[in-house]
Order: sequence, then structure tokens, then C-alpha cells
Amino acid sequence: MRVELQNIRKHFGEVRANDDISLIFEPGKIYGLLGENGAGKSTLMKILSGFQKPDGGKIILDGKARRFDSPADALAAGVGMLYQEPLDMPPFLVLENYLLGQRRGFAVNARQAAKDLRELGKKYGFDIQPEEHIRDLSLGERQQLELLRLLAGGAQLLILDEPTTGISTEQKVLLFDSMRKLAKDEGKTLILVSHKLDEVQDLCSQVFVLRKGKLVGEAKLPCPNELLVNLMFEKLPPRRERASREQKQVALELKDAVVATPRLELQPLNLTVYAGEVFGLAGLEGSGQEILLKACAGLLPIRSGSMQLGHQPLDQLDYHAARAGGISYMAAGRVEEGLVAGLTLTEHMALVDQEAGFFVDWAGSRARTKERVQHFQVVGTSESTVEQLSGGNQQRFLFAMLPSSLKLILLEHPTRGLDIRSTDWIWQQLDERRKDGTAILFISADLDEVVERSDRIAVFSGGRMSRVVDAAKTNAEELGHLIGGEQ
Amino acid sequence: MDNGQLIAVLASILLQASPLIIAVCGETLTERAGIVNLSLDGTMLLSAMTGFVAAHLTDNLMLGFAAGAAVGAFFALIVAFSSIQLKQSQVATGFVLTLLGDSLSAFLGQEYTRLPGPSVPHFAIPILKDIPILGPIIFNQDGLVYFAILLIFATSWWLFRSRPGLELRSAGERPEAAFARGVNVRRLRYLYTVIGGALVGIAGAAYSLDVKIGWSEGHTRGLGWIALAIVIFGGWSPVRGAIGALLFGATKAAATVLQRAFPEVSVVAFNALPWLLMIGVLLLVSNKIVGRLLVNAPPALKRPLQRMLQVAPPAALGTELKNE
Repeated sequence: MRVELQNIRKHFGEVRANDDISLIFEPGKIYGLLGENGAGKSTLMKILSGFQKPDGGKIILDGKARRFDSPADALAAGVGMLYQEPLDMPPFLVLENYLLGQRRGFAVNARQAAKDLRELGKKYGFDIQPEEHIRDLSLGERQQLELLRLLAGGAQLLILDEPTTGISTEQKVLLFDSMRKLAKDEGKTLILVSHKLDEVQDLCSQVFVLRKGKLVGEAKLPCPNELLVNLMFEKLPPRRERASREQKQVALELKDAVVATPRLELQPLNLTVYAGEVFGLAGLEGSGQEILLKACAGLLPIRSGSMQLGHQPLDQLDYHAARAGGISYMAAGRVEEGLVAGLTLTEHMALVDQEAGFFVDWAGSRARTKERVQHFQVVGTSESTVEQLSGGNQQRFLFAMLPSSLKLILLEHPTRGLDIRSTDWIWQQLDERRKDGTAILFISADLDEVVERSDRIAVFSGGRMSRVVDAAKTNAEELGHLIGGEQ
Repeated sequence: MDNGQLIAVLASILLQASPLIIAVCGETLTERAGIVNLSLDGTMLLSAMTGFVAAHLTDNLMLGFAAGAAVGAFFALIVAFSSIQLKQSQVATGFVLTLLGDSLSAFLGQEYTRLPGPSVPHFAIPILKDIPILGPIIFNQDGLVYFAILLIFATSWWLFRSRPGLELRSAGERPEAAFARGVNVRRLRYLYTVIGGALVGIAGAAYSLDVKIGWSEGHTRGLGWIALAIVIFGGWSPVRGAIGALLFGATKAAATVLQRAFPEVSVVAFNALPWLLMIGVLLLVSNKIVGRLLVNAPPALKRPLQRMLQVAPPAALGTELKNE
């Protein structure tokens, strides 16, 4: 299907999410759509797939102008979108989930539908069990199901929004294979929305780049990565040289510490983190690094062994004691664990300040909030609620609330979902902190980030801290082998 | 107690539970679609009063039930409108309507207390009534009981076997995803809230026209809350809900028997029995405890047991559809 977007416009208040974008997608090809967070990729794709209505402009499918009232409408016209978080029904059976939205018959013919679904899966190399619950499936499997559902619904154009975030390597290979097959053998049009350049280079034949709601360039692939990066960012923020670590004061010391949850027990571990050091924890999700971080934050008890913060023993630690001792923990779930949805920035600041007394000095809190919002470049006002902020700004605000003097900062995926600019900003902030002797312990799934930002790296696999490596003497590839359990 | 007496007690439990079963089925439909109609207690009082008065004035039983259903549907419509259109809290609306229904029924029904009126006639089903044991318990009843029993299976089939039922559940689980699949979430929530409300209205009228014939102030007070509790207890499934309603009736009957056996214990203690049982079972079916108990269960038993015991409310219960 030939898809043409003409002068698509969409404004949210003052923000021009899509500013007069015109694009053409030809059948049988895979396109990349690149851009920073907030560049307008998602908005454009939501408009194309019927989830949002444009303020102006036309969608032309095979020469015919179309208007969509809903995603179902768009699918009926041949446009299907696979969301980053699949739009499926977690409590349903795979089969029920597949049937939902199909318009055929009043009573459900479960047996026939299950057979159809299995065969459809086989055609694209997916192993589908219709009687399983969606909630028991991995993200990659749920994605496969959504893909099948869209194909069964007659999708000629498939939009995939960041499809490889959170799925396994095998699933990624399988997904890419089926994408290539769909384009080449079935003549479908595919659009890959991503900010992973390697994937776009690997899969797509052409790429469009958006910036601040505008189409700023296109390129035939493969082409040098630098060209794409230059299109995505006006200018790359300069990377600061890190101050070398000089202090040899111990910030955190664990001796034969055992931490356990009902699911996983960590092998006794010994670890010393020095003041001013950045310590990366690498491992597949659930390998134990999260547990260690939580234990350091005082959220999980140390069963045996000891833990010291400086010279202060912290065996019987709880979270509030840890906070008072100069440890700050920033969880991955910013809105869920870090912030209070519904409260404004000023109210957050008043909470954090914890002044004595019954009355809140609102004027003071507001002034402090305004000052910090400005200093930390948060896009928002003192009266915005936290959920009105974008992910990057929520993270900035979390940093704005950190106490000024800390011994240890614990971070879980500090830059997940953030664009390069915000990521860099956050590491600048952390670098400032380490100059003051604050130790930083962080988890990241991005191995490049771990290698680039850490002084030392602890590798976790299967509940064991298998080794500690010097970040300067390793690279992401080697680290990948290590966390996979290879020696 | 001989066999005949036991059968009579069981038949009476079934009759007593029937209105509750109808209300539970109705509320289950509503909540499965993602709306919680908390006004049940007020709705049932007002529809019990209206149903009785309508039947008394027209001397027509069916008109009585129709009036009850209309009251229930109207209250439900208010809940649906205020939450879907006005985006108001369903809990707040439900509470206000509970109080309103209670007071309105007392006020409007003043003139009609303790009057005679038509009641649902007994109707034994030929042939089936002669089945040993089950016959006299289930098939030697009246139309209301048969309606309740049919309703259990009808709503259950509708929810879990039909395509409209699939759409109904999807609206309660993840309305955004349902919308993406072409389900008209708002219309569907209106529809099932009103249908559920009408069934609750019929349940209210069933008390004043069948189970506890007549009207007096506070006639069904408390039963709406019981129905709401049983919906949760029943894990939002009509069959489990009906079992809950019967269990509730049975413990009430048992309380009466025990009261007779231990006259020195206060009545209040026995009246608390159903609640204690319900709390106990709710605790038992809470996921954590069942999860721990099921760890050592044989694998063949594990899945069906899990499916039966571990239930979760519709994920989007009480929330609105956000599609932009």
C-alpha cells in the first residue's frame, strides 16, 4: 500500500507536535522514523493509525484520502500499529485476545479460531499457544500476538514503535526476519519508529528524521551514523571529560553480605565502593543487581554479613535511617516509586524539606521550587503536577529534589527512555556530585552506558556477583559475554 | 430434622437467595464493563417500594416488576451519566444515590406500608418436580427462582462465551485497548450499567413481591451491600457469585437453627455468622495465601484450582476511558 501524508499538523496547546509534515511510504519497503524524544514521531504515527486526529492535513492511502475515527477504523483501511507496550488484554487468554475486535458471528467458535491462530503463527515462525494467559507471556511474545492480530485484521501498513525495547535477542532476530519477509514477500509497507541507529541501519532502506515536530531530513540506508545523528540533533552536547578518581576513602563496604527475596538469594558478596567512584552494576534483569541496590537503600534486610557506610555500620538499616545517613535511592519507576502522582512540584518540595511543625511555609517552598526548576532546567512550573512532566523532566525534577550533601546515590536505570540530551545532562549532574566525594552505584541495561560512565563494573549473573572489572579495560561486547554467564 | 424438613429448609434457602442472585448477576455485568454501581442498597429499597406500590395499585404483578426494573435502570443511568459524561467519581455518586434511594423509599412509601398486594404465585414444573431430592428443592418453586437460575447461566455464557461478552470484559479490563480494537467502550458501559441496574431493580421488587411480601420502611436495608460484597466474593463471575449468595443464605439459615439450639447466646452473635464466614473466605481467596497453599499442590490440580480461587477485579474498574 502506498501511503502519503500531506501537511500533517497537530498542536497541543503551544507545542507544535507535528508541524506541516509530508511523507511518502512505498509498498514493499521498510522505513525508519528517527528523532529525539518529543520530536513528534509518536504523534505522527498515532495520527496515521487513527489514535489521534490531526488538526490539519491529509492521509492518502493508494490515492484515496481517508479519515480515521478510531484505530479500528484505521485497521479496517489497512493501517496497523504495534505499540511499545502492546495494546492487549493481560487477563485474557491468547485466543480471547485474538478474537476481540474481529467482527464475525455472535457466538465464538473457539476451536476454529485457535486453529487459525496457530497456523497464522506458524506462517511467520511464531509458536503460539492459544490457551495461555497473556499475562504469563513475555513482552516479545505479546508483540508477536499483536502483529498476528494486525495481519489478520488486514494490515497493509505496519507501524512498529520501538519494538525491540525489552525483548530478548532471539525474539528480536525473529521479529526482524518476519519484518523483512512481510516487506519482501508480501509487499507490505513497514515503518520502524526507533532511536536505535543500529537497528534502523540494519533493517530499513530509507529513513526520515524528525526534530521538534518538523521533517528535517531523509537518507537512503545504509549511510554513516554521524549523518543521522547530525540530523537528529542540532548540535551534539559536548561530552565532558570525567575528573579522575583521586579520593581513596571508602564510601560503602559490604562484607559477606547476604541479601535475599523469596525469589532469589544473592550469594554472599564483598564489595568496596570508594568515595567519588561511579560503580556500574551490569546483568540481565533479575540477576541480583536490583536486590543489592535495594539492600543498600535499606529496603531489603541484610541477612548476614555486614555493611558499612563510611565507618558507620548499617546492618540494621531501614530506608529512613539510610536517607538520614546520606543515601539516596532513585527507583526505575519514576512516577510509581519516586514521585507522588497528583501532587504539584511545590508540594513535592514541601514534602522533601520536612520542616518541623504543623504548618507548611508555602511561599518558601514555592520560591525554592521555582529556583530549582530553573536551575535544573525542568520544563514545567511550580504548579505543574508531576504527571504533566515528560519522562526526562520528571528525572530532572527528581535530581532537583536530592539533598545537597550525600554520601551515596543509588540509581536504577537513571536514563531509561530519555533522549541523548537529557541523558548527558543527568551524567553531568552526577559528575558534579562525585567531585564532592559522593559515590554512585547504578544499574543500567544499556551496556554502552555502563562501560562509558563507570569507573568499575560489577557483573551479576544468576544471583551471583561473578566479577568486578575495570571499566577502562573492557567494552560493551565483552561485558555482554560476561553477563551472559561466559567466563 | 428429618429429610422432609431438610428439603424444605434447602428450598427456602434457594428462594431467599434468588433476589440476591439476580442483583449479583446484574452488578457483575456492570462491574465487568468497568463501572461500579455502588448505589445498590438505595436502588433495591426504592425499587422494592415502587414495585410493590405499582403492583398494589394496578393489581398487576408484571407491572410491579417492570416498575422496579425501571427504577433500577434509572439510578444506574445516573451513575453511568455522571461517570462517563461528567467524569465524576463513581464511588461518590453511588453513595449519594444509596442515601437518596433509602430516604425516598421511606418518604414515598409512607402511605403504602403493611398493605396486601399481589405476590408471585407458586409454580411447580411438571415432571422435573418429581426428580428425587432435587425436584422439590429446585423445581417446586415459583417463577422468580427459575428466572434467577436461568440468569446465572445466561450471564455466565454471555460473559465468557459470546463475542459481545468478550467486548464487555475488554471494556472493564483495558478500555484503551478495547477502543483500539473498535469496541465502543462508552456506549457499552452505558448499556451494561443500565441492564445491570434493571436487574438490581428486579431484585428489589422480588423482595416486596415474593420473598418478604409487602412494604415497610427499610424493607431490604443492608441487602444491597450484601450483594456488592458477594460480587467481590464471587470474583466477578455469575456462577461463583450465585454460590456465594446461596452460602450466605445457608449460613443465615444455620444461624436460625443454632439460635434455637443455644437460646442463651445473643441473636446478634448468630447474625454475625455469615459475615465472619465471608471475611474468612475472602482472606482465603486472597492471592497471596492461595499462592502459598498452591505451591505444593499437584500440577494437575494447580491450574484449575488457581483459576477457581485466584481472581482479580476487572483491571479498569471505576476508571474512565482515556483515548487521547
